[in-house]
Formats: sequence, structure tokens, C-alpha cells
Amino acid sequence: MQLRVDKITKRFGAQLALNEISLGLDHCRTLALIGPSGGGKSTLLRVLAGLEYPDSGTLEIDRQEISFREEALNRHRRSVGVVFQAFNLFPHLTALGNLTLPLEKVQGISREEADARARAVLGQVKLLEHANKRPAELSGGQRQRVAIARALVIRPRFLLLDEPTSALDPEMTAEVLDMIKDLREQDHDFVLVTHEMGFARQVADQVAVIAEGRLVESGPAEALFANPAEAFTRRFLARILRY
Amino acid sequence: MVNRLFNLIRVGDEPSAPRSRLLELAHCLLALALLSGGFTYAFSQFDYQWNWRVLAEYQPLLWRGWWTTVALSLAALCLSVLIGMVVALALLSRLPVLRYLARIYVEMVRGTPLLVQILICFYVFANAVGIQDRYLVGIMTLSLFSGAYVTEIFRAGMESVGRSQWESARAIGLTPAQTYRYVVFPQALRQTLPPLAGQFVSLIKDSSLLSYISIRELTFAAQSVTSLTYSSLEVYLPLALGYLVLTLPISLWTQALERRVHFHT
Repeated sequence: MQLRVDKITKRFGAQLALNEISLGLDHCRTLALIGPSGGGKSTLLRVLAGLEYPDSGTLEIDRQEISFREEALNRHRRSVGVVFQAFNLFPHLTALGNLTLPLEKVQGISREEADARARAVLGQVKLLEHANKRPAELSGGQRQRVAIARALVIRPRFLLLDEPTSALDPEMTAEVLDMIKDLREQDHDFVLVTHEMGFARQVADQVAVIAEGRLVESGPAEALFANPAEAFTRRFLARILRY
Repeated sequence: MVNRLFNLIRVGDEPSAPRSRLLELAHCLLALALLSGGFTYAFSQFDYQWNWRVLAEYQPLLWRGWWTTVALSLAALCLSVLIGMVVALALLSRLPVLRYLARIYVEMVRGTPLLVQILICFYVFANAVGIQDRYLVGIMTLSLFSGAYVTEIFRAGMESVGRSQWESARAIGLTPAQTYRYVVFPQALRQTLPPLAGQFVSLIKDSSLLSYISIRELTFAAQSVTSLTYSSLEVYLPLALGYLVLTLPISLWTQALERRVHFHT
């Protein structure tokens, strides 16, 4: 994907979440956003997902400028897949129902076809046998895999993952990270907010460090982790990798 | 002493079942025995000439009253759900005037006695708009009364559907109308069923106040019989029973529902 974030600012009341942040990537398969909590990386991801209206600035994805009017934003949302930290599945629907809802109601696909497509994706994430279970009957890792399947089933241009493993215990974290790695090998593009530095280093080809609403630095993952240009990044990585 | 008392109360979701079914049955029988003992004592202190023939003689009148109560309650139940839905949406509206109208309606109705509302509706409003049929006035008053409570139940139900649900609905591209239809309402409904059933129990009992405007429902029928025959208990006891057979099944159903409504995202 191609991505150009230009001087985007987003305030929540008195708090400045994004402060004229700019970031340009001409070609990127997997972008990891890292940085301290509350630094603005999740807000940036939500802007990319079309879930926030920035106060100023422009956003260009795949050489198309995204308009921040509701109608255009809704069209944009329909073309990308979002996975949240807390899964955010629909609790009253089965795993299958969670996948067919966007297909039937947003894309207008017939019930039979939606069903077949949803089952295919559930099979891909190895959850076909749980298709008729409600989220409450699934483990945390399984819920997050259903959430990823729900993001995938619409055949998005790319996926946006907001700390997808922060609510999971280590074993389930591994289960979900393995799955994301598989997705990368299947040529899905994604942007990922994460605190799992080892994982970011493994899967990301580009990394952006974000703190206090600004871009600290960005670059190819291997180079950035091995040899950060900024003292801030060095301190941040040293702190987070200490344990 | 106080600590001892609290030891008798369950903690958290500790199971309520005692050690065995036999023991459970014994506790149940003990409770029934205690209560019937109390009743027997109260009635034995009451010097009264029982005359159950009255009941046989006026049974058709009481049955007709019972069916009227059932019909009134059912009609008011449907109408109050309709009112509740509309007013709950008004409470969540972006238009302040709608919100204020809805809020004032709910607070006025919940803050005044039903009997006063019945009398005012019947003697003032029905008269003003020229509605003659007292049954219609009765149903409408009862619906407006119950509708205010149903409104609050629906509002609470819709607000119980968290922000994260709105967020994922938005993320997959649902419009606000679709979000209400496919995400909010189905979840809110599950939350509202138990309190709604409880409200219907109240509604059935509250319909007895319609006897004040001479609607011939069950309580009115019972009062007519006592004024004709001067025998009261032979009528009032079946009267209580007449309400209980309607309310008890709903109450039990509510308890079953409450055990089933909990789930997580």
C-alpha cells in the first residue's frame, strides 16, 4: 500500500492526540506503529480506519485522497478491515453471524454466498468447527481470530490491527501472532499497533515510532530496531526490551 | 451478632442449593407451613359467617370481570410497548425539544399516582377530545402510565449496548439505522425482557384502579358482588387468586429469563 499522512492534527478536548503528524510511505506491506502508551499511535490507526475525523491535515491512501466527510469515510471504512484490542465482536451473533453481517448488510451479498464465503474464511483461521458458537463460548484467542476473520471476509484493501494481543494471555498471544504471520505470507497488507517488539521486528517491513502525537522516526524495521537514529527511540526500546 | 446474620446471606455467585433435594423440599414445606399457620391464625381471630354459595351464584359476573381484566391488560401492554419504543427513541434524539417532551412525560407520569391520572384523563382530557367510551379511556390511561416505565426500561436497554459495539458497527460500514436494527436492538431486547415482564405484572395489578371509573373489570365485579350480597371474603379471596394466576406465571418466566441474559463480547 501507499500511504501519505500530511500534518494531521486531532484533539480530544484539551488533549492533543495527534500534533501535525506526517508520515509518507511509497510502498509498504506491513507497517508497525510503536511508541509509548498514550502517544497517539492508536489514534493514528483510527484515522487510517476512517473512525476519527481529524481537525486538520490530509490523508492519502493508494494515491487517493480520503475525504473526511461522513459519506466518503463510510465508503472508506467498507474497504478496510479493522481489528480492535478488545475484539468487539457482536455478542448476540454466532461466529458465522459476525462474518455474514457485513457481507449481507453492507455489501448486499446473498445469504447463501455470504454463508459460503464466511465459512471459507473461518476455515482459513481454523475455526470452522466453532462457526455456530457465540463469542461468550469462545476463548480469548479464538475470539480475536474470529475478529480477524470478520475483518478479512470483506476482502479489504488492507487490515488495521489495534494492539490485537494486548487483552490476551501469552499462549493466546502466540496463537494470534502466528495467524497474523500467516496473513502476511498470504500477501495481505496491514498496519499494526503493537507492544510486541520482537513480533514487530519479525513481521513489519516498515516501523514508525510515535510519541506525544508526533512521528519520532520511521524506516525499514530491521535497520530501525538494529540502529535507531533518535535517542528517544533508543531509550524507548531499551526500556521496553529490558525484561 | 450482625456478623452472624450476614453469615446467612450468600456471597457473590455461591450456589443457592442446599445439600440435598430432600432438604430443599423440607425448607419449602417449612416456609409454606409458617405462612399458612399465620393465615389460619389471622382468619380464626376474624369472626365471620362464610357463605360460599354467593360465589357459585355470582360466578359468571366474576368471570366476565376476569376476562375484561385480561383484555384490558393485553391491550394496554401492546400499546405501552409501542409508546415506550417511540418515547425511548425521542429520549435519545438529537432534537432537544423531543428529548424535553419525552423527559417531562416520563417524570410527570412516574411522579404522580395512577388513580389521579385516571381521574384527570377521564374527567378532563377524554371529555375535551370527546371520547365517550370509558374502556377506551381506561386502556389509553393505563398505556400512558405503563408506557413511561417501559420507556425507561428501553432507554436503559439501549444504553447498555456499549460504545465498542457502535464502534465495530461503524468500522464494518453499517449506517446508523442498520446499527440500531442489527446490533443495538437485538442486544437491548435481551436486556429489557426481564424488567419488561416485571412491568407487565405491575400493569395487570394496576388495571384494578380502573374500577374507579366504573370499568367492569375483575375488581369492579368483585365490588359489585359484595355490595349486592354483603359477603366480602368469599369474593375477595377469589379476586386475589384471579390476579395471581395471571401474574405468577409471568414472574416465574422473568426469573428464568434473568438467568439467561448474561453474555460477553
